[in-house]
Amino acid sequence: MSTRTLEHAALPPPESPEAGRRRSVVLRGVLARWGLRGTAILYLGLMIALPAFAVIVHGFSDGLQSLRDALAAPGAREAIRLTLVLGAVTAIVNVIFGTLVAYVLVRYEFPGRSWLSTIVDIPFAIPTLVTGVMLRALYGPNSPIGSFLEGHGIKVIFAQSGILLALLFVTLPLVVRTVQPVLLEIDETEEEAARVLGATRWYTFRRVVLPKLRAGIAAGGLLAFARAIGEFGAVVIVSGNIVGRTLTAPVLIFQLASQFKPEEAAAIATVLFGISFVLVLVTERLVRGKAPA
Amino acid sequence: MHWGFIAIALLYVGILVLAPLVGIAWVAIQAGWSTIATTLRQPDVVHAFYLTAVITLITVAVTSVFGVIVALVITRDRFPGRPLMSAFVDLPLAVSPVIVGLMAAVLFGRGGWFEPWFSSHGIQILFAVPSMVLVTIFICIPFVIREVVPVLKELGVTEEEAARTLGASSLQTFFRVTLRNIRWGLLYGVALSTARAIGEIGAVLIVSGAITGKTETATLIILRFFDQYQDAQGYIVAITLALVSILLLVAIETFKRRQERMRQT
Amino acid sequence: MTGPQQLTGTPIRVEHLWKRFGEFEAVRDVTFTAEAGSVTALLGPSGSGKSTVLRMIAGLEEPTAGRIWMEREEHTFKTVQERRVGFVFQHFALFRHMTVAQNVAFGLSVRKEPKPQQRARVQDLLELVQLTGFRDRYPDQLSGGQRQRVALARALAPQPKVLLLDEPFGALDARVRQELRRWLDDLHRELGVTSLLVTHDQDEALELANRIVVMHEGRVEQVGSPDEVYDEPATPFVAGFVGSSSVLHGHVVDGHVQFGDHRVPGAGHLTEGEPARAFIRPHDVRVTTSPQDGTLPASVERVVNLGWLSRVVLRLPDDQVLTAEIANDELSGIQVGSSVSVDLRRAKAFPSAESGADGGLTTEMTSTPAGS
Repeated sequence: MSTRTLEHAALPPPESPEAGRRRSVVLRGVLARWGLRGTAILYLGLMIALPAFAVIVHGFSDGLQSLRDALAAPGAREAIRLTLVLGAVTAIVNVIFGTLVAYVLVRYEFPGRSWLSTIVDIPFAIPTLVTGVMLRALYGPNSPIGSFLEGHGIKVIFAQSGILLALLFVTLPLVVRTVQPVLLEIDETEEEAARVLGATRWYTFRRVVLPKLRAGIAAGGLLAFARAIGEFGAVVIVSGNIVGRTLTAPVLIFQLASQFKPEEAAAIATVLFGISFVLVLVTERLVRGKAPA
Repeated sequence: MHWGFIAIALLYVGILVLAPLVGIAWVAIQAGWSTIATTLRQPDVVHAFYLTAVITLITVAVTSVFGVIVALVITRDRFPGRPLMSAFVDLPLAVSPVIVGLMAAVLFGRGGWFEPWFSSHGIQILFAVPSMVLVTIFICIPFVIREVVPVLKELGVTEEEAARTLGASSLQTFFRVTLRNIRWGLLYGVALSTARAIGEIGAVLIVSGAITGKTETATLIILRFFDQYQDAQGYIVAITLALVSILLLVAIETFKRRQERMRQT
Repeated sequence: MTGPQQLTGTPIRVEHLWKRFGEFEAVRDVTFTAEAGSVTALLGPSGSGKSTVLRMIAGLEEPTAGRIWMEREEHTFKTVQERRVGFVFQHFALFRHMTVAQNVAFGLSVRKEPKPQQRARVQDLLELVQLTGFRDRYPDQLSGGQRQRVALARALAPQPKVLLLDEPFGALDARVRQELRRWLDDLHRELGVTSLLVTHDQDEALELANRIVVMHEGRVEQVGSPDEVYDEPATPFVAGFVGSSSVLHGHVVDGHVQFGDHRVPGAGHLTEGEPARAFIRPHDVRVTTSPQDGTLPASVERVVNLGWLSRVVLRLPDDQVLTAEIANDELSGIQVGSSVSVDLRRAKAFPSAESGADGGLTTEMTSTPAGS
């Protein structure tokens, strides 16, 4: 075990018999790591990547012909347009109110605050079908509120406004819970500094808070949109699925599938799926861009 | 100004979320206690609840175990393509459940990719419980992972390093240190998974064929009741599910608070 | 009566250790030994690689090259668990969901020691760290100093052959740091475990260690006793990092460092004509009011009273500035503006290479070579 002189010490020593032992230890560690890594990759690959791939391949199996046939079905184009429009409206409305609710939850103290927080989470817990059923119970033609509204010409159930209500219900917690953590991270002292300098709360919100929230709000909005265009359970009960009026794309896909037209169903599904996939990637990028260094 | 904002928030949430809950309670009670009792005792209803429970149990077990593994790999491992893994995990959240059902049909239906292998072994996937379990798992994958990942990130590795210097093997370290520390995040994810699994309809509708007494879950039976104009019974089963969900919600909130409290230490 | 066991230490030997993280070389050819029962400090600024060296010894990082011996047995390829070292982390790393007693007992329960033995040992250790009343508390109910004491007890419980401490007091308040430093000193005297302490605080190293390994940018600058490192710095870095020094720039002329019309002896080992630096500690500067042989003239620019001594800033004829520390009762005649004479014979001379990170360090070490 001689000490080498310093001149030779500039380079690491050449391969010695010990290198073999080092390799086996490294291998042991590598196997363990790949065991876990492999399991994770296999799990996600089999359960998510494979089915996704399958649908895309199937949807384009005979080129765009299936898509054309699907779009030719009665009410198909209207269904897709309705889905996208309602999705956009849902996202916009819930971005506004959801951000408001998040801000109130984070920045204010008031009695019933924890109740509000719990109620916001209700749509996460309730089955979507039950949501539709509840809306039907509350606003259906046989209910007091429903008949009152219908008397004034406002139809909720079996109409587009009912679908909108259902979508707003289902997507509210998505926006609130996406915006909330971003708000929590924003340092309150910046807001306080603005107010000391004379800014109103609204001005402070607009000029100081909102710019930082932008990515979080966008992510919440996109998530809400993606969820809204895919919603099935609540919509199928509430809308009446009237072709050309209240039929949405997910319900259309279901109908095509049960009519044994899987290629057409897959074609429309692929379009919807493509939109969702892109949205997920964009949201990921947005959320990660906000993560602290 | 403050009270204005608070009032608007409360009003919006109240009308949007609370009112329907009240509505359904009122309608169900209207049906009368005897109808409620007979409905809940019907064999097809009982079977539906049972099936929902079984599917939920399997789903939650699978997504929890594998979810923790994936969370560990996402936070601790470093390899190319890791951000892609993250995006894949989030995919089920954005995909419509009917598309998920379609995926299963493409893979296991007649002429599907895997159908020949399974039918030659006498195993039926589509229009049977296995496909229902598979689609529910797909849909529930993100929940545990998304709740455990931030907890793991915040905890860091030092406690685990300390355990190893004290002689604990990897397994001992995981069970005695890591698992205990992610406890509340994990339970929160499990509760969210459970709620989602119970409520699944779009995907199971497509893959199950909704065969009464065989592949009809609680949500499917509600749909059938409304289709057959048995509204009252539909409301009754629906409110039962709603009650279960409220219980789950209590669990969800408790776990979430515990997890938040832990983050402050 | 069960008291703290007398543990005998074991030497640590580290040979030509390298660590690369991708392109970045964190540890470059580090070699040193730690004697049985001693406290060796790895001292250096942040980024000097000292923590990485410690973690490699513990097994928490794998060396890119080099070997590690403990107790005459090669440990380079052993797993963390096999090495049985005690490790104390800068941020305590206590198990947050376990009580103090459970934390301390962890190393024992992992080895499946019978419960009564565990309990007895935990009790001993809690007495040792003076935390007997805290056994059922949780880490978040303790102060920083208390947490670190628990961490120490936990590390010592399985009777490790070596104790490794990674900036153990770095996360604590200055006063607590002082207290714990003294306390660790006492503890080590009682237990005698071979200890390796990583720190950036030179006072800590000078106070606690028997030997100091000064590190900079991944390399060992000097290994020696606290006195050696302080009084006889082997490299400019050590001279500048340990204790405070004034630096004077000049050229080597006839075995002296020459600047302007004056020069300072001690450059005999340097090359004639090359640029050089002279390092001198404030208390090594002798100031007199009357010129003597071998002194240089200087003018007093500032005098700052620090209680019982004063810091005097002096300007040399070629405009270079140095600092002297003089006891207040020796200050007569030394005031702002007065002309004085300074004796700089105790300066240490080094070449002036500023090119590259190691500039001349590896070829000019004159005192204790690393790893003897």
